[in-house]
Amino acid sequence: MTTSVPMIRQTAGAGAARAAARKRGLTGGVNRRPGWVTYVVLGLVLAISAYPIYYAFLLASSDAGTIAQNPIPSLIPQGNLFENLERVVTSDIKFWPAVLNSLIVAVITSVSVVFFATLSGFAFAKLRFRGRRALLIFVIATMAVPTQLGVVPLFIVMSKLEWTGKLVAVIVPGMVTAFGVFWMTQYLEEALPFELIEAARVDGCSMIRTFWNVALPAARPAAAMLALFTFVGSWTSFFWPFIVLGGANPTLPVALQLLQASYFKDYSLIMAGVVAATVPLVVVFIVAGRQLVSGIMQGAVKG
Amino acid sequence: MSTIVPLDAEPDNARLPRPEATPPEDPRLRRRNLLGRLDVKLSPYLYVSPFFIIFAIVGLFPLVYTAYVSMHDWHLLGGQGEFVGLQNYVDVVQQPRFMTALRNTFSIFLLSSVPQVLMAIVIAAVLDANLRAKTFWRMGVLLPYVVAPVAVALIFSKLFGDQAGLFNALLDIIGVDPVRWHADPLSSHIAIATMVNFRWTGYNTLIFLAAMQAVPRDLYEAAVIDGAGRLRQFVSVTVPMLRPTIIFIVITSTIGGLQIFDEPRMYDQLGQGGADRQWMTITMFLYELGWGAQKSFGRASAVAWILFLIIVAIGMINFAITRRIASSGQPTKKRGGAR
Repeated sequence: MTTSVPMIRQTAGAGAARAAARKRGLTGGVNRRPGWVTYVVLGLVLAISAYPIYYAFLLASSDAGTIAQNPIPSLIPQGNLFENLERVVTSDIKFWPAVLNSLIVAVITSVSVVFFATLSGFAFAKLRFRGRRALLIFVIATMAVPTQLGVVPLFIVMSKLEWTGKLVAVIVPGMVTAFGVFWMTQYLEEALPFELIEAARVDGCSMIRTFWNVALPAARPAAAMLALFTFVGSWTSFFWPFIVLGGANPTLPVALQLLQASYFKDYSLIMAGVVAATVPLVVVFIVAGRQLVSGIMQGAVKG
Repeated sequence: MSTIVPLDAEPDNARLPRPEATPPEDPRLRRRNLLGRLDVKLSPYLYVSPFFIIFAIVGLFPLVYTAYVSMHDWHLLGGQGEFVGLQNYVDVVQQPRFMTALRNTFSIFLLSSVPQVLMAIVIAAVLDANLRAKTFWRMGVLLPYVVAPVAVALIFSKLFGDQAGLFNALLDIIGVDPVRWHADPLSSHIAIATMVNFRWTGYNTLIFLAAMQAVPRDLYEAAVIDGAGRLRQFVSVTVPMLRPTIIFIVITSTIGGLQIFDEPRMYDQLGQGGADRQWMTITMFLYELGWGAQKSFGRASAVAWILFLIIVAIGMINFAITRRIASSGQPTKKRGGAR
């Protein structure tokens, strides 16, 4: 079509000229700068995205009495944030152990998912073996399986292993994901040239050395994004940790549930807990939000 | 070397001699050669195995074994009891709470998924312009994604407070009677759906945005030449081209949405889904049966299997409907583009 436009212009005379004028004017070309209405709409969307988080911060810096009197908090935070945070830390919800647990689980699962997914992705994208296509389709199909519904037997297994209440019960099920395998396969198919692998093989590298020295470095950008998504997913997950860990050895979301259960009347305290649990990810977002955005968009185009 | 040819190429001619290929008499080198061949043959399977092992243990086996547990008396602490056939299913279905949970789950699911997909498409269309500070706006819509569902639920349970909530206070200003966001079933469903929408609309927006940017620009130019305005371009070009993405998002949101737990569990401090279980979902019911007062793993498993079948069925229906809806726009576009 890009070539047909000038063609029409040459042959069709007045009609095409009108069309071109219409294109430049009323409807706008594809690359036209949008008007202020667009920015107002986007500003509104942004406000809706951000306000609830800011609202948590406002309540966390207030106190229970003020919150009860004023359902609409003033837009300026008050001075009680650190006092409330201190109360969260010193309350009996095991705040610091929960932070540590969340960090351990999120870091280990991220590293593990990236490693195993890249390894599988390397094999699926670049190695030839019998059943490759069928196995890859199987991996993709498992993404549509609601595995959360297997909680009861999974819990029975964890009890048999005496893993209930231990972090390993949360880490092991999350060690590799279908999404990760699929993601790395997609990426390596394009990003890793066969010539590089051949060169490494000719130099006498074993398969695993080829993976380590050639595939892993080439996978770095996609691996970083996968790590980011896995980290966010792990940090925010609740259902399974809630069941298998419980309050004795909580992750942060489980600790938040405990906080709500014991201090439900004091919203300044609960929101301080929310702020404390959310700030680390907001920092991650500020540092790496750009990567999150392009990660989602790349996954969508290819998936 | 056969392992590294492109997938479509012929495999057999690729077995090039290794540079260090040696006469077969030397046993040491022959062994090395054999090891190399084994390395080539077995490594791929070894590399993809972690996923299959983990999935078999924590995904497939539990799901299948759920059916076995569901046909037994099975206590959280007491363990496996007698085989009872379908008794657990009968018990569960006969409990009025089951139907309540089913109703709530579907209500929340519809209230979250439908507006969410529509909003996401519209916001994506707004973002799909030659904006200043593109990345800033994209990050802006994604911000809620980094807030844990538990935290989202805590924030919104206060925003939707029946007495001193922000939304009721705002309604009061414009002279509307306060809504009983917790006590009233439908209102509580709207509140919970809002939490889901808050967290996931931006994420889906970016997926749609990516799909929109992949639409060939000359389709729009053709539509412009045919005299289509911006709205017409959106309806007749953008939406039909988004079909695979819409199917993808509808299916993923079905799988996730019907299993919803975090948000309704945290909507009040008791976590039972309200006094009349007015916002208790199926997964909450499952939890209550298995880890609540009854501690019946058999019944919890029965609920899990019922929900599994529902999800599979709904997934298929979704797929069929989305195909039809999305393809109905197609002929218009083709006719328009052909001129």
